[in-house]
Amino acid sequence: MDAASETDDIVKEFLIESYEGLDQLDRDLVSLEHAPDDVELLNRVFRCIHTIKGTCGFLGFATLEAVTHVGENLLSKLREGDVMFTPALASTLLALVDAVRQMLASIESTGTEGGGDYSGLTAELTRLHDLPRAAAPCGTRVEASRDARVDLLVEALPVDAPSPAPAPSIESADAPGESRRGSVAETSIRVDVGLLDKLMTTVGELVLARNQILQYAAAGHQGTGFHAATQRLNLLTTELQEGVMKTRMQPIGNVWSKLPRLVRDLSVACGKHLRLEMEGRETELDKTIIEAIKDPLTHIVRNALDHGVELPEERVQRGKPAEGLLQLRAFHEGGQVNIEITDDGRGIDPDRLRAKAIERGLLTAEQVQRLSDREALNLIFAAGFSTAAAVTNISGRGVGMDVVRTNIERIGGTVDVHSTVGEGTTLRIKIPLTLAIIPALVVTCDGERYAIPQINLVELVRHETRDGGLGVEHIHGAPVYRLRGNLLPLVFLRQELQAASPADGLEAYNIAVLHADGHIFGLVVDEISDTTEIVVKPLSKHLQGISAYSGSTIMGDGRVALILDTPGLAQRAHVIAAGGSRALTDERDARDDDSARQTLLICDTGEGRRAAVPLSSVARLEVFKRAQLEWAGEYEVVQYRGQILPLLPLAPLIGGLESAGTGDTVPVVVYGAAGHAVGLKVDAIVDIVDEAIALERTVERAGVLGSAVVQQKVTDVLDIATIVRHAAPWVDDHTSEREAA
Amino acid sequence: MSAKQQFCTFALGESLVGVEVMRVQEILRFQEMTPVPLAHPVVRGLINLRGQIVTALDLRRRLDLPPRSADAHPTNVVVRAEGGAVAFLVDEIGDVVEVDDSTFERPPETLGGIARHLIVGAHKLRNRLLLVLDTDRAANLRDDGRDERAA
Repeated sequence: MDAASETDDIVKEFLIESYEGLDQLDRDLVSLEHAPDDVELLNRVFRCIHTIKGTCGFLGFATLEAVTHVGENLLSKLREGDVMFTPALASTLLALVDAVRQMLASIESTGTEGGGDYSGLTAELTRLHDLPRAAAPCGTRVEASRDARVDLLVEALPVDAPSPAPAPSIESADAPGESRRGSVAETSIRVDVGLLDKLMTTVGELVLARNQILQYAAAGHQGTGFHAATQRLNLLTTELQEGVMKTRMQPIGNVWSKLPRLVRDLSVACGKHLRLEMEGRETELDKTIIEAIKDPLTHIVRNALDHGVELPEERVQRGKPAEGLLQLRAFHEGGQVNIEITDDGRGIDPDRLRAKAIERGLLTAEQVQRLSDREALNLIFAAGFSTAAAVTNISGRGVGMDVVRTNIERIGGTVDVHSTVGEGTTLRIKIPLTLAIIPALVVTCDGERYAIPQINLVELVRHETRDGGLGVEHIHGAPVYRLRGNLLPLVFLRQELQAASPADGLEAYNIAVLHADGHIFGLVVDEISDTTEIVVKPLSKHLQGISAYSGSTIMGDGRVALILDTPGLAQRAHVIAAGGSRALTDERDARDDDSARQTLLICDTGEGRRAAVPLSSVARLEVFKRAQLEWAGEYEVVQYRGQILPLLPLAPLIGGLESAGTGDTVPVVVYGAAGHAVGLKVDAIVDIVDEAIALERTVERAGVLGSAVVQQKVTDVLDIATIVRHAAPWVDDHTSEREAA
Repeated sequence: MSAKQQFCTFALGESLVGVEVMRVQEILRFQEMTPVPLAHPVVRGLINLRGQIVTALDLRRRLDLPPRSADAHPTNVVVRAEGGAVAFLVDEIGDVVEVDDSTFERPPETLGGIARHLIVGAHKLRNRLLLVLDTDRAANLRDDGRDERAA
């Protein structure tokens, strides 16, 4: 290893260590505000800055060293009780943390500390440091707390700790910390995440191989040595799988550690008082999931602070304590991790959401009346929805909660909101422990097996026709099943997957009751096999975009099975469009299309067929005399503005017949810029209309977007760009080059 | 670029088609595969290649050739294309052929349809033609060559 890369390694190590230290520092400084007398905390803060200062001096980062040095001086005074810990001081120290972080980020990306100017910060730190002790507002308290501190120090460090000289006290304060860290270092090592990922994949393969061997073993060999060996293999594989999964697990506290700082800064910015309580920070989650929930969690906390918790005066008026409470809870339950974020703020009024939905044009008054309170609350997850009276710096731009929900659902989680007006709001997030290996239900449809993630499964129902009962009924063609008195919409997997044979006249219906996006529906499958652990593999790019599947996996017998995407299936089958939040966006999109008024050029393409082209895509309209037309190669051309304009009949390009055209003149729609233009011959240019069109998709034809009724006549709406690209590729620059090659 | 090139050849209908030998990962005899409803018609299914899931594309369908008889068992030619491995289903695997640049010729203008887009050209072997397939284009179903074909 050469010297340069050795230095790189040292710097990398330094960065990792410092980042960890800074996260802790953020937390500690905020805690210190509440408990300024906590010696242990103060020592930790001091040690962290001290370590960074020491290392960066050694590595030659002078600016960083200078800034941390001033900070260290201030902290050392603070530790000796010469300076009072005030909110202003806390803000300055937090600014110091930010500055250090900024420089570390710069070192990480560019190798230098960056050109930031930290003189203001340094001056402020020095000013606080030089503040005479007498200037502290309550001297007596300083005295008292100082005494207490000394006592504690004596207790903790019997060796000459109360010595007034700063240097030895630093040394002695560091000593226990160093030794503790030393013991941690002996029992833990840093491992590259890439290596863990690879291990995880390998173990996934091993699990599959184990499953295969178990199937062979079950087929015979009872009581033989082989059977015993497979049993042992089974146990060991399970243990190994759990062990490897654990290596990727991180406590959720790693994400939460950023929140106290966030809450503090936002509280100050909004003029609110908020106490943050965290419970279950040791709850462990897979690293990838931890990464994925970081942003949604931050957003929810911001929202709670900005919209949920009232201003102190308002709270007092309502008889609540002036200080708001934000609680975070995390716990394991049924193979999932639950995270609850509860505030004791003003709550969400479902009626206000209903009114807002109408106002925003998301729903009609009638639709809104049909929503239950819970459904109305879930409107906050609809796209383009924000209830904040005013858009603030912090939140309320209406692009928040729908993104939160999308992000959480992407990792197979769910999010739900409960709220009582005046009392507060709880958001409950449920996420899987890991994404790599999940329990799944295996079902069969049309002879093929499919896996349904257990997380989407509510229950299994088998209805035998001969048992009597009503079985499957229809509401205007939509199949439903009466499940304990409630109507359960049914989706037939065969139909959704367009399997050949219909599933009518069955003796029994196997219904897997699934939930997605807060909607419950029954998926009718041919057969329900069993539950098994599957290793999720991503879909190849050929299959991405088919919303029915979320991945693939290899079954015990070595064959591939597709994993069904429950929300995707529900959407395909329009289950979700039954008044839920997803439907809101769909309807709104449709309305947007409707209301998009367009200026259309209507042409006659022969045989009474009419075609419409957005006028904006047309360069010019021209009428040429038939005598002007000439031939060049296989194209009809015309001399036009000093250039040769190729002419193409429009009708054959959109699936019609070219009409002979008898008149003396030829109307032409010119598309494209000079030099790269093409003329499309039509029979007649009928009209230019400004109309909102309702497009209907008819038969797929290249270049035809669909049909619409314009001026009481059915008109093909054309995508002229596509038509020209196909018929005259030289108009598009990039294709023309390839053509020439 | 060296003057000599090696192609892994296979039969596809009447033709002998080749892909660059360096692109070929392995040849597998017929495999059980899992069909994927709703997928592009060229996608015949998914196969398990020692723990790796590979999409099998039917080259006959890709090149608009008539389907092979129901009892024929196509061979998998697993190639490394842009975006990962894919298996091309072909009628029968042939030899590895070494050819010279001098025998190469671009396809004639009369070659139409999707084939014009996917077949780069032909090598004139002694008694037949070896069609050279563009592996990446053949594996990319979104690339339907319409842009060029229509002209």
